Amino acid sequence: MEFLDIVQLLDTSIRLGTPLLFACLAGLFSERSGVVDIGLEGKMLIAAFFSAAAAFYTGNAWLGLLAGIAASMVLAVIHGLASITFRGNQLISGVAINFLAAGMTVLVAQSWFKQGGRTPPLTGNGRFGNVELPFAIGPTEAEAAGRPLSQMIGEAGPIQQLYSELISGHSILVYLGVLAVVATWWILFRTRFGLRLRAVGENPAAVDTAGVSVIQLRYAAVLICGVLCGLAGAYMATSLQAGFVKDMTAGRGFIALAALIFAKWRPVYAMWACLLFGFFQALETRPDLIEAVIGMKVQIQLLGALPYILTVVILAGFIGKAIPPKASAEPYIKER
Amino acid sequence: MDKMPKWADIVLIPVISLLLAAFFSSLVILAIGESPVEAFKLMVDGALMRSAGWGYTLYYATNFMFTGLAVAVAFHARLFNIGGEGQAMIAGLGVALVCLYIPWPHWSLAILGASVGAALFGALWALIPAYLQARRGSHIVITTIMFNFIAAALLNYVLVELLRPVGAMDPASAKFPAGTHLPTFQDMFSTESSKMFRGAPANVTFFLALAACVFVWLLIWRTRLGYEIRAFGQSETAAKYAGISPVRITVIAMLISGALAGMMAVNTTMGESERLILNATEGAGFIGIAVALMGRNHPLGVCVAAILFGFLYQGGAELALWTNIPRELIVVIQALVILFTGALDNMVREPIEKLFIAMRRRNA
Repeated sequence: MEFLDIVQLLDTSIRLGTPLLFACLAGLFSERSGVVDIGLEGKMLIAAFFSAAAAFYTGNAWLGLLAGIAASMVLAVIHGLASITFRGNQLISGVAINFLAAGMTVLVAQSWFKQGGRTPPLTGNGRFGNVELPFAIGPTEAEAAGRPLSQMIGEAGPIQQLYSELISGHSILVYLGVLAVVATWWILFRTRFGLRLRAVGENPAAVDTAGVSVIQLRYAAVLICGVLCGLAGAYMATSLQAGFVKDMTAGRGFIALAALIFAKWRPVYAMWACLLFGFFQALETRPDLIEAVIGMKVQIQLLGALPYILTVVILAGFIGKAIPPKASAEPYIKER
Repeated sequence: MDKMPKWADIVLIPVISLLLAAFFSSLVILAIGESPVEAFKLMVDGALMRSAGWGYTLYYATNFMFTGLAVAVAFHARLFNIGGEGQAMIAGLGVALVCLYIPWPHWSLAILGASVGAALFGALWALIPAYLQARRGSHIVITTIMFNFIAAALLNYVLVELLRPVGAMDPASAKFPAGTHLPTFQDMFSTESSKMFRGAPANVTFFLALAACVFVWLLIWRTRLGYEIRAFGQSETAAKYAGISPVRITVIAMLISGALAGMMAVNTTMGESERLILNATEGAGFIGIAVALMGRNHPLGVCVAAILFGFLYQGGAELALWTNIPRELIVVIQALVILFTGALDNMVREPIEKLFIAMRRRNA
């Protein structure tokens, strides 16, 4: 295995970790406010479909992104109604949202495109292009030199390889994901809104006594969660892949949930957890690399299950202890 | 004093929730340019007007009874077992091992053996989340979700690497021996002159499911353990004070729940495919949630709701066959049922409660 192999593996980890990251931060906002959300998966899925559909019709990935976010927010509002306004069971609401998205996306896709529950492939501006940072070797440089890109990267020095493969050449949404981590940290720990949001997840009665509306805070959190899930889904359909296919999120919403627990509901840790789980997914695509490194075959099924197994171990409290916000999953009743 | 009469709680509210779900489902069908009335007619025709249709409806209903009971038993202990899917998957493995490696002389013995295998494997798969919830305080919903994915990966590994016959391409076990063939409804109810339930997969396991409904009713309302489970579900602190061990009840309730979910594998793996296949559960573990919610966690309610969902499933397959409405319509209906009977329960309940209180005041 060469240096470049590692770089490319990490590059794939970033690509695959980004949807997890958006969904994980989405869950973080919701759960920090005391609203448990196991419907991340469904919101991602519906956003993936509507972003792909809108990008296909308009030929503009940005409009697709907006449509995806809007669709995800509709489901977020349903979750808010069920769990905040009507004080229902948040877990059951999440389950319902996942099924609603799984069914609706195929139903609408079949009705609009008649291709067995998928959208036509996106081309050109319907997808988010890759951003080439200055001084990086990208497709433009390769074209100018008239040589294949892989060859040019292969001949470059290690620093240039790192820069060109790992840092440069991602979709703009990947960079937005890193920004979202910083923004989440800042909002949560450096603003009044964030302080109140964390408080409402731990002790809503105290927040209420202080004259701040529990309901408004929780709705705000659930809506932010909708926006971030929309970004996650739109990235899947318009950036990572070119279009929507049935059930394309394939459990990523739950891996994001696992990452959230792994990160113990903290934004920067969430980024590392998502990169780690993205790395596992990247490894699944390169079983030959693992064999070369540790000298034996590892079952790809084991790699696929690793995020879930790790989460159970973390939850069991054998390695550190993951303690969720105290008022998680409890509807707030103002007066008895 | 109760806010409203019991019949309103048991019948009126589920019916209103169901009507709401049906209303929104019709809107969805309209929105994709089909007629809800036509669709409903097709579903009734395909699922209920022929004996073969009933054969499929009851086959699906058998699965949903088991998974619905599984969710209901856990709900009584205020545990949300979302892992029925994984438990049923692993139980399929138990059924396959029993059927493949023990030479059964007759199906009646084989079904007992397979039931033990299914219940044991299903219960074992629920044991770790149960233990972690009881002893380490890890939330059972999250662990059972994780265990669903781990089960899928494990089953995939076992089928691809271990149980797949040499030279076979698809990830499935070998065919079970003939001694394990369960009588289908066609075998049981056809006469010389007329074939009934032609080709339908409903089989003798259906009666096992009915027996399971009776068993759960006895367990929950007629035994000491059932009382303890309900007491624990009502109030953990009160149960503790009464000397009921939370750890014991959590583990036992989840074991029973896992075993019930696992029993579904007898129907699918032994009764229908007669070999272990990758996706035998087809989401039935999750439909159990909708079934338990609609059936108000009562075995009779679960039985009725399971048959209703069996009808939806078979009717949905017919729709996909004859119209442009894909099978996923059922997933949408299922989601709406879970939403209205579960998550938005208060939205339906509160106005009705107010109505009854207002009526009582006027009468007084």
